[in-house]
Amino acid sequence: MTTTDMPRPVDAGPGRAASKKGTRKAGSGGLRRAVPATTLLWILACLYGLPVLWFILSSLKPASELFSYPLTLVPHNPTLSGYVTAWRSANFSQYFLNTALVCVITTVLTVGVSCCTGYALAKYDNRWLKAFFVCILATTMLPGEVMLAPEFLVVRNLGLFNSFAGIILPAVLTATGCFMFRQFFLTVPDELVEAARIDGARELSIFLRIMVPISRPIMLTLAILSFQWRWNDYIWPLLMLNDPEKFTVQIGIQSIVGAQNINWSVLLGASVISMIPLIAVFLVFQRYVMGADINAGLKD
Amino acid sequence: MTKRAPDVSVSPPRRRRSTYVFAPFVLIAANVVLFSLFFVWPAAIGLVYSFTNYTGVGVFQFVGLDNYHHLIGDSAFYSALTRTLLYAVLFVPLNFAASLLIANLLVSKHAKGSSVARVVFFVPWLLSPIVVGVLWRWLFGENFGLVNYVIEKLGGSAVPWQSNADLSLLVVVMAASWTWTGFSMLLFIAAIKNVPVSYYEAASLDGAGPWRQFFSITLPSIAPTSFIVILLNTINAMKEYPVFVALNNGGPGTSNNLLVQYIYETGFKRGQIGYASAASFVLMLILMAVAIVQLFVNRRVENR
Repeated sequence: MTTTDMPRPVDAGPGRAASKKGTRKAGSGGLRRAVPATTLLWILACLYGLPVLWFILSSLKPASELFSYPLTLVPHNPTLSGYVTAWRSANFSQYFLNTALVCVITTVLTVGVSCCTGYALAKYDNRWLKAFFVCILATTMLPGEVMLAPEFLVVRNLGLFNSFAGIILPAVLTATGCFMFRQFFLTVPDELVEAARIDGARELSIFLRIMVPISRPIMLTLAILSFQWRWNDYIWPLLMLNDPEKFTVQIGIQSIVGAQNINWSVLLGASVISMIPLIAVFLVFQRYVMGADINAGLKD
Repeated sequence: MTKRAPDVSVSPPRRRRSTYVFAPFVLIAANVVLFSLFFVWPAAIGLVYSFTNYTGVGVFQFVGLDNYHHLIGDSAFYSALTRTLLYAVLFVPLNFAASLLIANLLVSKHAKGSSVARVVFFVPWLLSPIVVGVLWRWLFGENFGLVNYVIEKLGGSAVPWQSNADLSLLVVVMAASWTWTGFSMLLFIAAIKNVPVSYYEAASLDGAGPWRQFFSITLPSIAPTSFIVILLNTINAMKEYPVFVALNNGGPGTSNNLLVQYIYETGFKRGQIGYASAASFVLMLILMAVAIVQLFVNRRVENR
């Protein structure tokens, strides 16, 4: 296989022999395919990037310039006044802290619980686990948004109304998280578990010592997902929280949108501020989200 | 280790996996509790309340199937239902096609700069639905938006993105597809990368072009992922609410009130918890039907 393959890329230097059909690797016929693929990719990237770019650049415009024709992409007098007003207005900084607190706690709990459940579902085999897996899948059929009223009553009856626990606890169980870990642990060969058992490891220490460390990429991926979900949650905190001191960022932004006359300058500022934490988290952990080679270290 | 090796080969441990009961139970215990508290309990009382005229406080009476009878004759419910289905029918294929195309371009070795482009595609997914709504409202504002400005510059007339119900829905479909591309794309990229390279090598030795390779290798190999993407997106579409609230508040008027907004408004604004629960159960039946149909189709495709 390799011996018959090797000569080709060697004598098919880039530029020459463009007609040679060959490997997927760049080289033969590279340019002919590279130009349309790259062009299409970047046209799409511009389409996707433009709304955000326009939004951020607009947020840098002073209020007077926002609606002045002709519209310009780049602000004439860039200013941060929109951000400053937004940050100072109402309790926006308080909302920001509240949201951060809720996000971090929920994320830690979600990752821990999902990892345990996913492992149990992947590596053990009995009727109850199968039934529970179906149950977890059923939660995707009936998400919190759908059971708003009864779930609200349950949380109220548990005495969690108007508390952060009321937002955090119902959000910890996620089918996506359990599913991600289950899929990952299914790819981990059973031999690894068997070998550990033969060496005399107990079940829970197999999980803690072997399985938890190798699932780190999935943990980070789920952590970022969970952080994002909770940061962006709107409807549940809106129902749960009564006290303006406890509002989250999204409720704060929506209250600006819901006003009779939208103050676009403040709205743009507040929205951009609310985007910052997620984009920062994402840029730091980008490798784990994007490059997530789910099979890292476990090639067959 | 080497000392023990002969031992093992003589009498390999023949314990069946199913004998482990304690460890898996400990591992799933937390989720079982959460599941019972925040899923089974609400679902059960929701089902009970859907047969009552409960308003959230005080006593309630059982009214039998009255809520469901009213629901069948409720034109507001019907329009919310059809609007939600229409939204899902538009959003799911658009998002699927866009994210599959982008994932293929990003994985392809021919496209340059894919690591930067990937970030660009991914950023919208990080934004909250509320911010996405605000952003697209800013972009598609009738009197002040960039899009209408460009259309007018090019000689067209301002398009009523906000006051026409169908155009308004279209803006939300675009906004949602734009947001969700990042996530679907990520799933597709992981799936495409997991397809063994040797398949492609074998195919190209046999003379299969890129299109043939895509349809005969990539698409069948990523079928399970496609299934997940369609399932998740359908569910997301059925429960969409915040983007609509921020973008046009379900408007103009109530024309783009989707199911969740309908449930929210009947349940919390008008206090008809019993009635809203009945509407919730209709939504649940739809979601279950979607999931069952997709499971069935997926089985057929995979020939299992």
